[in-house]
Amino acid sequence: MGKKAHTLLVAMLAVFMVVMAGCSSSNEATGDSGSNGEKTIKFMHLWPTGSAKQHNLITSDIIAEFEEENPGIKVETEVLENEQYKNKIKVLSSSNDLPDVGVTWAAGYLQPFVEGELFAPLDEVLNDGLQDSFVAGTTEAYAINDQTYGLPLELNIAPVYYNKAIFEEYGLEVPETYEEFQEIVKTLTDNGVAPIALGNKDRWTGSLWYMYFADRFGGPEVLTSAINREGTFEDPALVSAAEEIQKLVDNNAFNRGFNGLSNDEGKSEFMNGKAAMYMMGTWELPNYTTNEDVPQEFRDSIGFFKFPTVEGGKGDVDSFVGGPGVGLFVAENSDVQEESKAFVKFFVEKWGERAVTEAGVIPATKVDTASVDLPDMYIDILNELNNASNLTLFADVQMSATVAETHLNLIQSLFGKEVTPEDFAKQHEDALSRE
Amino acid sequence: MDKAMSNKGVIMLYIFPALFLLLALIYIPIVQTGYFGLMKWNGMGSKEFIGLTNYSRLVQDSLFWSSAYHSFLLALFSVLSLVGYLMISVVLAGKIKGADILRKIYLIPMLLASVAIAQLWMKIYHPTNGILNSMLMSIGIEEPPMWLADPNLALFAIFIPIIWQYAGFYILIYYAALKNIPESLIEAARIDGATAWDIAWKIKIPLIMNVIKVTIVLAVVGSLKYFDLIYIMTNGGPNGASEVMASYMYGHAFRGFDFGYASAIGFFLLVICLVITWIIRKATAVKEEIQY
Repeated sequence: MGKKAHTLLVAMLAVFMVVMAGCSSSNEATGDSGSNGEKTIKFMHLWPTGSAKQHNLITSDIIAEFEEENPGIKVETEVLENEQYKNKIKVLSSSNDLPDVGVTWAAGYLQPFVEGELFAPLDEVLNDGLQDSFVAGTTEAYAINDQTYGLPLELNIAPVYYNKAIFEEYGLEVPETYEEFQEIVKTLTDNGVAPIALGNKDRWTGSLWYMYFADRFGGPEVLTSAINREGTFEDPALVSAAEEIQKLVDNNAFNRGFNGLSNDEGKSEFMNGKAAMYMMGTWELPNYTTNEDVPQEFRDSIGFFKFPTVEGGKGDVDSFVGGPGVGLFVAENSDVQEESKAFVKFFVEKWGERAVTEAGVIPATKVDTASVDLPDMYIDILNELNNASNLTLFADVQMSATVAETHLNLIQSLFGKEVTPEDFAKQHEDALSRE
Repeated sequence: MDKAMSNKGVIMLYIFPALFLLLALIYIPIVQTGYFGLMKWNGMGSKEFIGLTNYSRLVQDSLFWSSAYHSFLLALFSVLSLVGYLMISVVLAGKIKGADILRKIYLIPMLLASVAIAQLWMKIYHPTNGILNSMLMSIGIEEPPMWLADPNLALFAIFIPIIWQYAGFYILIYYAALKNIPESLIEAARIDGATAWDIAWKIKIPLIMNVIKVTIVLAVVGSLKYFDLIYIMTNGGPNGASEVMASYMYGHAFRGFDFGYASAIGFFLLVICLVITWIIRKATAVKEEIQY
């Protein structure tokens, strides 16, 4: 009997040891040197093979190239899907255990990481000749206190995509003014077609619409200055923008039940031809051009237009909501910081060469449209981008995380008509002034 | 064995691994959470001690109280649903035809992952293509409700899958408890002329009272800290209409970057659960233990 008990004890101890080993291994410093003097860069990104196949392929290619050119350095990747990625980065940050290189977002999102001294400044990489290859204004979104903490990979604007087939069926033209836009909405609803596809459970999707109204009513500065506290959120233009959103809702401009649908569910209304219009960032372009999984007929029937101007408003038609998308950071406490910086530089350069043609991503680095063969829609978008009078960064990225939460919730209530435009503005003002 | 068990050193040796893990993985983090609740902290970087500010903010936070109200509503509905499960179990344990198959059918939702259940019900509730609204439209209702988008309905629309999800679990517990009642007792009662209703009400249920008490605690505490389906199906929306305490906490920690306040919410949630459990234990305490 006693013997059996001791065997059990030994077994339990063994289990215990395994558990302990499991707990401790994650505490090892990142980027440890390998046995034969090899250095390892840990790289975490958010392009899984399933949902971002092309991104994933390009990334692996670039890594392979980098390893070839830099013998003795290995790049180890960890891939997570977008939302999971965001969560894991936060958990890793709180235990100061970030990968050497990873993906981040700009402005307000970046702020706490910089304040926590988790990201290394990348100015020396930029000043090493890389700065000139970026489109003006993109790296600035990653700068805090005059130092740049991330190198952007993407540049996006949000046009309104529309289904030419549906427009033709009801004899509609691309709108130049907001009155024309309202006419289109009316014609479509009268004929039982959902004018606009929207999945507002994700909330930032509705925020795009609000941001455009704010811009067209009050000009490009009004929202930005309300957020950075030079102005106020109770500006008449920002209230009118909110009123206009509710008018659209009253006119049934959006598909039914949008507040309970995710962006993907909302998008599917557009993708299966049930809704006529859809506003989204240019990251959607592959679905209308090169993505073989989408029927050719559908891809050919999609066009885009710029958000129309509002009569008496200060904004012009060439002002866009958009800005740099994700960027790369290097961890401050990385043991292989020099190598990581070299990798980030290499990655940004190669990414710029390949992203647009292969993944359909507009990179934050300049694209030579003459030398690459691109679908027409890309050329048009790139031209719009070059002619843009202004880019307003997504509101929830501009704001600090806490205010962004308030903003996004208010957007959902605004669309759901649970808050008046005046209260909408006031609650924003309260949240912003509390900061 | 007896010899080993009388040796205090050996007892310590045996208890230590489990005790250590429990302390390291549960109790120490609980204390830490309470401590973080005293800090202004965004989850990274330095913490700033701000005393009870987070807790006093919590007490005044109407959004928190509305999410707490939703959690309590869920707890109430979960407990009410136990009555239904108990009835089903009594019938199932009563040797009816096909009881075995039925029991398995009830158990199936429990085998599904929460994410799968959420996806399934999101499809059912889809405002235009969902089977629920398709059915309503086919019987002539032109504007069926937008289940998950309507702030008055969203919460209750989610309660249904949550309650459905746990049906199998509670039925299994009750069924097992009822099967444990000696057949001789039932037979004796039958000979004395008790009806099926009497047997269920006066013999079976009193005999499994302890199990019922445990399930009430499980249902209430499980509801108060409930998270998964709500997070996936509505993310607490539209605008907090289906927010519960745990999703509110998650929002502050991982979307709002406010780990200090989120820790305060988490700690408070623990206190609420402890208090409620204690109250239930007190309220359901029976003076004399009924035995077989």
